[in-house]
Amino acid sequence: MLSTVQNPRFLLRQCRHFPPKRRRFHSSTPLFLSQPQTLASTDLSSSPPQSQILTIRDNLLNRRTTAVELAQLALTRLRITEPQIHSFISVSETVLREAEEIDGKIARNEELGPLAGVFVGVKDNICTADMPSTGGSRILENYRPPFDATAVKRVKDCGGIVVGKTNLDEFGMGSTTEGSAFQVTANPWDVSRVPGGSSGGSAAAVSARQCVVSLGSDTGGSVRQPASFCGVVGLKPTYGRVSRFGLMAYASSLDVIGCFGSSVADTGILLHAIAGYDRLDSTSSKHEVPNYTSQFMSISSLESKPLKGLRVGLIRETLDDGVDKAVVSSIVGAASHLEELGCTVTEVSLPSFSLGLPAYYILASSESSSNLSRYDGVRYGSQVGADRLNSLYGDSRAKGFGPEVKMRILMGTYALSAGYYDAYYKRAQQVRTLVQKSFKAALNENDILISPAAPSPAYSIGEKKNDPLAMYAGDIMTVNVNLAGLPALVLPCGFVEGGPAGLPVGLQMIGAAFDEEKLLKVGHIFEQMLKGYKFIPPLLADGIAC
Amino acid sequence: MASILFRGVQTRPFLLYPSALFGRKSGVLYCTIKGTQTQTAAPENKQPQLKVSPQTKAKGLDKISQDYEAIIGIETHVQLATLTKAFCCCPYNYGSQPNTCICPICMGLPGTLPVLNSKVIEFAVKVGLALNSKLSLNSKFDRKQYFYPDLPKGYQISQFDIPIASGGYVDLDLPVEFGGGHRRFGITRVHMEEDAGKLLHSGNGSYSQVDLNRAGVPLLEIVSEPDMRSGIEAAEYAAELQRLVRYLGVSNGNMQEGSLRCDVNVSVRPIGQLEFGTKVEIKNLNSFSAMNRAIDFEISRQVSLHSQGQSDQIVQETRLWEEGGQKTVTMRKKEGLSDYRYFPEPDLPEVILTEDYVDSICSSLPELPELKRRRYEKMGLSMQDVLFLANDVNVAGFFDATIGKGADVKLAANWIMGDIAAYMKNEKLSINEIKLTPQELAELIASIKGGTISGKIGKEILFELIAKGGTVKGLIEEKDLVQIVDPAEIEKMVDKVLVENPKQLEQYRGGKTKLQGYFAGQVMKASKGKANPGLLNKILLEKLNAKS
Repeated sequence: MLSTVQNPRFLLRQCRHFPPKRRRFHSSTPLFLSQPQTLASTDLSSSPPQSQILTIRDNLLNRRTTAVELAQLALTRLRITEPQIHSFISVSETVLREAEEIDGKIARNEELGPLAGVFVGVKDNICTADMPSTGGSRILENYRPPFDATAVKRVKDCGGIVVGKTNLDEFGMGSTTEGSAFQVTANPWDVSRVPGGSSGGSAAAVSARQCVVSLGSDTGGSVRQPASFCGVVGLKPTYGRVSRFGLMAYASSLDVIGCFGSSVADTGILLHAIAGYDRLDSTSSKHEVPNYTSQFMSISSLESKPLKGLRVGLIRETLDDGVDKAVVSSIVGAASHLEELGCTVTEVSLPSFSLGLPAYYILASSESSSNLSRYDGVRYGSQVGADRLNSLYGDSRAKGFGPEVKMRILMGTYALSAGYYDAYYKRAQQVRTLVQKSFKAALNENDILISPAAPSPAYSIGEKKNDPLAMYAGDIMTVNVNLAGLPALVLPCGFVEGGPAGLPVGLQMIGAAFDEEKLLKVGHIFEQMLKGYKFIPPLLADGIAC
Repeated sequence: MASILFRGVQTRPFLLYPSALFGRKSGVLYCTIKGTQTQTAAPENKQPQLKVSPQTKAKGLDKISQDYEAIIGIETHVQLATLTKAFCCCPYNYGSQPNTCICPICMGLPGTLPVLNSKVIEFAVKVGLALNSKLSLNSKFDRKQYFYPDLPKGYQISQFDIPIASGGYVDLDLPVEFGGGHRRFGITRVHMEEDAGKLLHSGNGSYSQVDLNRAGVPLLEIVSEPDMRSGIEAAEYAAELQRLVRYLGVSNGNMQEGSLRCDVNVSVRPIGQLEFGTKVEIKNLNSFSAMNRAIDFEISRQVSLHSQGQSDQIVQETRLWEEGGQKTVTMRKKEGLSDYRYFPEPDLPEVILTEDYVDSICSSLPELPELKRRRYEKMGLSMQDVLFLANDVNVAGFFDATIGKGADVKLAANWIMGDIAAYMKNEKLSINEIKLTPQELAELIASIKGGTISGKIGKEILFELIAKGGTVKGLIEEKDLVQIVDPAEIEKMVDKVLVENPKQLEQYRGGKTKLQGYFAGQVMKASKGKANPGLLNKILLEKLNAKS
């Protein structure tokens, strides 16, 4: 099994130690090299993305609109777009009632939570009380948890309205959202393409403006890769920054709940709402939560070189053979944009980079084989009647799980078996330590690291469905970050050709542990100063207000 | 919430052949409850069991068994008496209605995570220290994976390669009636884990129901070295563990409720052979006496097979102790080693103990049974007394408090082991439930010793104190029971009795000296039992013999 996964050489050259090479970007590389002609129709003078959350708050407080009006508008948009996108597995029935409550609060001049009236999509592997939470699996069809996940509870406490549960690859295992037991979600930029995964529903919903922000989960890139594919901002926080309580476990030591938004500011506001220690999750951190929202300055107050002195390391292994040329160009363009903003960009090498992918698939599969043992048909979820205990287990699980999940359970069970543990699980843990060390070294020299979020833009639905190894290889840019437990922000930085209006490309910024603040600050400035792009999918071009 | 879940479980009875129960790879269901109330080894072991079974009645077995030696090792599961379960906030009370002590976490619902109860660590450290073992300052939890309906997560949170404590020993004294003697048995390891739920099988065996009340209750697994050689040694080892956990207050150690469960491994080898024989595991041992009898039966069975040249019939298997038939029977043969696919539990951080923490627990440990026994021995008590008093932590505490109030050691021991123990046994009370306080027992002993009351009256007062409470002084005053020690007063009473019984006096003086007892009785009666017997007899004798 290892031999087939461990050969990412077709993607990346073998790790080599070489000294970081200084390279000036904006002199040699024209900015926005890959700017496709399809963008010609887009308004080049369009303004940078604004925080929808702050706009909603302002409108509500100044009585320009009501939460109910906003909700009705959003539901209408959902009704129009959903038949094409299929981002939601279920939609809440209490949206209007919750909006009315917020209007009541406004009428009584009561204090409003920071997410009051904000439509939030929640990935369906995150538990919501009395709403279906299936994890995208047949085995949990119609399952309704008796409790809210901590992240969901905090969103609700801040006034957020959970609009529905978004589609995903079954239990988060996949990179296309085709692995859902219920439906295939389309990419709003080109409905013949996948939205990425596993949080494809959450990314597509924000991209299609079906909700303002959404929660996803990221075990090996499941927030960042779909953010890149759908042209939205995706944030994977540091492991332990957000409580995992209520997140259906895939790989416990890698899982983290992440945020999607159409702007860096919205993503940061959502993170601020859900971050922090939770006594129900002993792996959640007591590290102080800074005020992520205080730094989103308006464009007018920024100086000409607002990121002066920031050291940025471009991970050279992420630009190697096997990565789409146009994606490389976009990232190089983004690097030069950062230089124009005052950053010093150098290339850094992460020698253990290529080892991360096989190590990730061993660790994640091993943990998932254990975490998914609880779905046995005995206490909840689908049960296949049988007159022997082993048949009850076997049949319930055979019928309840999809092929990808079964494959990973088998791989993980194998890797943990007596006699193989040392060669697989233990070895992978050693690789994990190496990856952590090489990131630490690189982040000692640099404030942030940058790379593409995915080696390619969104590909066609069905393209990699029967080629799991090709799909796994697409996770190369993101899995190392999970192994190291670091925070990473993905934000759209350019377009490549494809689809009716081009396909967005995401830039990944990786920071030191618990340094989300810096990522959000840099990301915000990058986004506000990136002229000439509007990351609104063509689907919405006609008439739907954003 | 609980009721919803309860319904969820109840409405999903699944079919299960009784044989499936035996397919389980770990643990056993301790649901058979035997009627005997006795929980301590010593009283039960008073009738020594014969090492004889129907198969091995052959003459000369004793002689044969001298050529063999039994090797016994014990795995003990101790349920910790924490207020809440190991990884969630559910309280656990033995005997609650099925599925009433459960929450999403101990039900293993999707998205739930374990959070360690710090008391589990504290109790484990206490037991580790009490067993003289080496604590691992850095240990961790692991997942032990297998499928069974009483295991909600599909894995048990346990400790695999780094137990919280390892290497250690227990010291104990065998009961005098079994020949006595001091023993030290090695402890291999102590680790923390969670208990599983229980299956309730329907009457006709067509389905089973799951009760998850016990799921997630903290356990300590204590593994002994294979140091025991006989049933009584094994039973006493288990009894000492029970004493230890009760002294420490970490468990009620109740075998009938399954709070203390022993799985015993027995093998036999010819004396002089270095390799161990094939080991057999015995389960369903609900009392120390059952342990003793089951092991001795199993030793006989194996020795008999050995001596008949049929040692190949001893196979690695799990046998069940049948209380009715007083024998062990095959429960299941081992089908190769099971692979539990242990790996570190990613939901829980490592367990890191600081030296300070360990020191603070170490200094808070109570006096443990072995130290107590050695101290009592030094006080001059007999081994029988020592074992009796130190057996029960509450009795020992009562005794210590009594002598702490200055009571004579031997007298205090006698009162507790005699009349007080008899009363408790009759009324089925523990020493904490009787009304007598150590203070008053000490007072009583002092009053008798000091002559304020007679021993006879002391006994009467004792039962009053046990049943109703009150103080010795109060009772003496209230009932006017102070002993008459004034010779003049006694003399008056003697004179009166002699005057009233001229006939008997004449007979006495005629040589019928046995009548002294009659006179003494009369005087005692006249004094309402309060006359000091020594003085009374002395004066009486003087008077009787005065004119002869």
